[in-house]
Order: sequence, then structure tokens, then C-alpha cells
Amino acid sequence: MREITYCDALNEALRQCMVEDERIVVLGEDIGCYGGIFQVTKGLLDEFGPDRIVDTPISEAGFIGACVGAALTGMRPVAEIMFIDFTTVCMDMIVNQMAKMHYMFGGKGCVPMVLRTNIGAGRGTAAQHSQSFHSFFAHIPGLVVAAPSSPYEAKGLLTEAIKNDNPVIFVEHKRLYTTKGPVPEESYRIPFGKAEIKREGADVTIVATHALVGAALEAAEEAANDDIDVEVIDPRTLSPLDKETILSSIQKTGRLLVADEDNKTCGFAAEISAIVAEEAIFYLKAPIIRNASPDTPVPFSPPLEKAYMFGKEVLMDSVRRLMAYA
Amino acid sequence: MDPTKDQLIGLYKTMQTIRLFEERIVDLYARGEVPGLAHLYIGEEAVAAGVCAVLTDEDYITSTHRGHGHVIAKGTGLDPMMAELFGKKTGCCKGKGGSMHIADMDKGILGANGIAGGGLPIAIGAAWSAKWRKTNQVAACFFGDDASSNGTFHESMNLASLHKLPVVFVCENNGYGISVCQAKCTLINDVASRAVAYDMPGVVVDGNNVVEVYEAAAKAVKRARAGEGPTLIECKTYRWRGHHEGDPNQGARYRTKEEINTWKEKCPIKQFKKKLLKDRIATKKQLETIDKEISQAISDAVAFAQESEFPAVEEMYEDIYVELGEAQ
Repeated sequence: MREITYCDALNEALRQCMVEDERIVVLGEDIGCYGGIFQVTKGLLDEFGPDRIVDTPISEAGFIGACVGAALTGMRPVAEIMFIDFTTVCMDMIVNQMAKMHYMFGGKGCVPMVLRTNIGAGRGTAAQHSQSFHSFFAHIPGLVVAAPSSPYEAKGLLTEAIKNDNPVIFVEHKRLYTTKGPVPEESYRIPFGKAEIKREGADVTIVATHALVGAALEAAEEAANDDIDVEVIDPRTLSPLDKETILSSIQKTGRLLVADEDNKTCGFAAEISAIVAEEAIFYLKAPIIRNASPDTPVPFSPPLEKAYMFGKEVLMDSVRRLMAYA
Repeated sequence: MDPTKDQLIGLYKTMQTIRLFEERIVDLYARGEVPGLAHLYIGEEAVAAGVCAVLTDEDYITSTHRGHGHVIAKGTGLDPMMAELFGKKTGCCKGKGGSMHIADMDKGILGANGIAGGGLPIAIGAAWSAKWRKTNQVAACFFGDDASSNGTFHESMNLASLHKLPVVFVCENNGYGISVCQAKCTLINDVASRAVAYDMPGVVVDGNNVVEVYEAAAKAVKRARAGEGPTLIECKTYRWRGHHEGDPNQGARYRTKEEINTWKEKCPIKQFKKKLLKDRIATKKQLETIDKEISQAISDAVAFAQESEFPAVEEMYEDIYVELGEAQ
């Protein structure tokens, strides 16, 4: 199969969906001739014109709210918020409006819109352009939260997000945009709430999200050299969450490591840990370990930012700690 | 753009329905039959009636926490509306929205809104949608004077003007954001003057004069449908009751009895009734018959709500997400 980047996979999903369905419009800052800050919307303006590819002023509450209104009335808007950090300026539109309309209206009316954004530190952009607070959205009933970990997931999940009738927070990862992987040319959908077992194993379960899926697979390779058999699960959507796949894995391995880039306190890793503690504690052979970002703002200074981030080595160390329990 | 005789009678009916509906809520709320918060529209009826009279069923509105008037004027039935206020399963939102979230997609009502300023971006989105879909629909967006200090007001005005969206911004200026009067919120006298910043027409009308509201709205809707863009209409009016039922002494902490009484003398319905009689549009007897019919319809709605069942507890978990294959 041909290999394309995560960025191009997203672009292709948007393009294919837009060709198919005129109700899809894309709104965001610098998504037109600039092609989006990470080039995800590159070329779409030329192909679909300024009525459907709309560069907005810096008015996040205005255009996210407009997407809610448009979605309620027959359109299927896809909005881009340049960095997840900027969702805070339109949080009312996301939390009180986008997420709740279907419920508040007694099931009448729906909000088929996608809010694309991204997380991840590592670009020296400090505390307001590097955060990873995707867990927050999984906390809100009514939102779907997608977390693509590879080009294949990026295209399939975005296609599903656009075609799905629910409001979706589509959380991309900055460091993944340039990574390449096999992606089918034709359009395809990855269903929400279905985790993918990226690697089967019998000793340790790593539930990993976003870029940490790749790190977990690398750690699993290394662990295999020590005869440790690691299973890697990518939930793919944080909400709805495929609990069953995670719980059955724990029944098999008895050891859980959760790897997620949100802050440790009240983050997605805490949620997975709580579910396993509540529903599968008697299968556990070792305490649960969370590998998450420290509870600090993302620091600017390069050595500090480097220390803030983690990858294969930290996961590997956690795997060994888990294996210390018989 | 003068309203016809039938339209004038229609305006009276709408205003009187809102008034009598809200007066009934005062009583029901006091007796504990209507739970939660009730923000009543008494005194402001001419705004909803005048604006919605120039809209079709296909047009959209976004409403506010003080939304009963808008919903009635846009045409939602009294039965499902009353049942919603009671939190009953037969309510227009199955009892899940309540007073601050009444919506009726069949009538283009995209929800009352519990967030001040929350409806503005949604309204421009609906208008944008109409433009994208080339349907000639218009969106009317109701909001209070103090919502115009919110960022969403400015963002929405700017986007609507920039893209010439078919939207009518209707500011219901009742002089107060809960307890804080306009002079303590902004130095400008007229919210309408903010339209200048967005290169759109901004007009001030007597919000207690339903014909004046109607005419301004008709002009704005015509402009919107012609693709010429949005208008900001500021309707100067007053709420007679407190911010919500339970606001002590109808807001005595922040306004005087004299002020309230002055505005009561400018009652939009009393004024309009006089006009209808003077212009021989209707006789006193005709209006009395209308009033009786409305009272009966409201009593029927109360009975409907009282007799309806509350939703089953399991329904709490329904309608959070659209299920796959669920028709919308």
C-alpha cells in the first residue's frame, strides 16, 4: 500500500468527503491560501472555493458557534482550531452548546460538526501552544473525542467524524503530522468506540494514545528482547471508549500501563486506571502505572521541555517495574 | 410594509397569549408546580410578537433565558410548551430542556439559551447555513442589552456583516442585566450605535410599540432576504417582573417602584388595544372573545401538563448521542 503522511491523510479525508457531500464546509483561521498552520487544508481553497473553505477572523466563539447553528440547520461544518489551547476562548460554544443541543432538545435536532484541533509539546511553543488537555472534552457528555495515532487512523476517523451525526472533537497530534504510514486511497470509515489492538501480548497491557502508541510499540519491541510480551491498545476514540477491549486485555495480562500526554491529575490515564480498578482489580498482578505529562504548564526552556516530554524509555522503565511483580 | 387588519389582530393575539401565559406561570411557580427558574417576559411582549410576525415557519430564531415570548410568537403549541416547563415527558424537549432550553426544530426555534450571548453565534450559523443552502431563510436573533457587552455579540456582528448573512439582531433592551442597570455596564446610550462598528444599519425602536417593532423587523428581514446583510434593531422595553420569579419584590433591590409603574403605564398591550379600538380594527367585544379563547387554551395547556407523566428515570440516559441509523 502507498504511504502518505498523517497530514496528507487528513487532507485526503476532507477532500474526498467534500467532493461527495456539498453540505461540508470548512471554517478556521488561516485555512485558506495558507493551507492551515500545519497544512492540513492545503489546496482545498483552490479546489472548493472561498464559499466552502472559509478563512475566519480570530473569533473562535463566533465561528464555532456558527458551526453549531449551521450543523443544526442542515450543514456539516468542519472547524479548525489552530491549537487545542485556543479552545478555551470558545469553551461555552463547545461545552454548553455543541455538546448539549441534542439532549436539551429532547433528541430533536443534531449537531453533525467536527472541531479539528491538535495537542502536543516539543516545538518550543511553551504553555499556550503546547498543551494536551484532550481529556477535558471526554469529560463532557455529548461529545465524541477522536484521537488518531497514525495516518491510517487519521483518515478513517476523520471520515467517520464528518459523516457521523454527533459533534466530534477531533484531536490530532502535532508531532504526528509529518509521520508516514500506509493509507488506502479509497474512502473508509473507522467506527467510533472500537479500540485497535496494535500488538498482541500476554504480560503487560499498554493503553496508549496519539504519539504514545508509536512509543508503546517501540517499547514492546525492546521488551520482547527481554522476553516480555507487551500488548498495545489504541482506544482511537476516548469517548465513546471501548472498555471491553481494555478489560479483556487486563484479564489476560494482569498488568496495566496507561500512556497519555495529558497532565496526570484527572487526565485520560486516570480515567482508564479508575475503570480497571473498578472493574478488573482482581485480575491485576501489579499496581497500575500512569505515564502522563507532569502537572505543570508546558515550560519553554529546551531542557525543561525535554524533561516534560516522555517516550519509549519512560514506558520501558514502567514495563519493567510492572514485570517486577510476579 | 404596514400590517394588514388580520396581521394587527394576530399581533394582539400573540401579545395577549404571551401575557396570559406568563401570568399563569407566576401563579404556577408560586405554587411549586413549575420547577427551576422562570424568567418571565411580561412587559416585553411587543418585541417577540412584532419580530416573529414577519418570519415564516421556515425562518430561524435563537432565543434567550427569557424565551417564553419568542417561542409562543414563533408558533410552538401551548401544550408541549407548558408541559416542558413542568418537566413532563410530553414537553417539546421531553422535559429535558426546561424553560431555559425550549427548542422546536419544526418551527425553526434553535433553542432558548441559558448562556447570555450564547445564541448570537448560533443564529449567524443558521443564517450562514441558509446562505450556503440557498434557501432564502432568515435568522432572527434575540438577546438582551447586557449580552451586547459579551464577545459573542461583537464576533457575531462582525462575521454576519463580513459575509452579508441573512440575520436580524434583535436587542431587547430592558435596561438591566439582572440587577445591574445599563449605565453601569456601558457608556453608550443606544446598543444600536454599536452597529456602526460593523458597517450595518442600527435602529432604535420603541419596544413597547408592536407596530414600530413590526415595521423595523419587516424592513430588516427584507434586507436580509435580498442578500444585503444583517441589521441591528434595538427595542427599548422593560420587564415588569424581577429577573426571575423569586427575585425579591420584583427587583426592588435595584430599581424603584416609581420606575416600574412608569413602564407599566406604557404597557405594550394596553397601548395597542387602544389603537385597535380607536382605528376600528376590532371591537371591545371581539377582543374580549379573543382573551377568553386564549385563557381557555392556557387552562387546557396547564391541564395537559398536569396530567402528563414525568419522564422515566432511564430516559436520563437517552438522547446524549445520536445513535447510528437514527433518523434526524
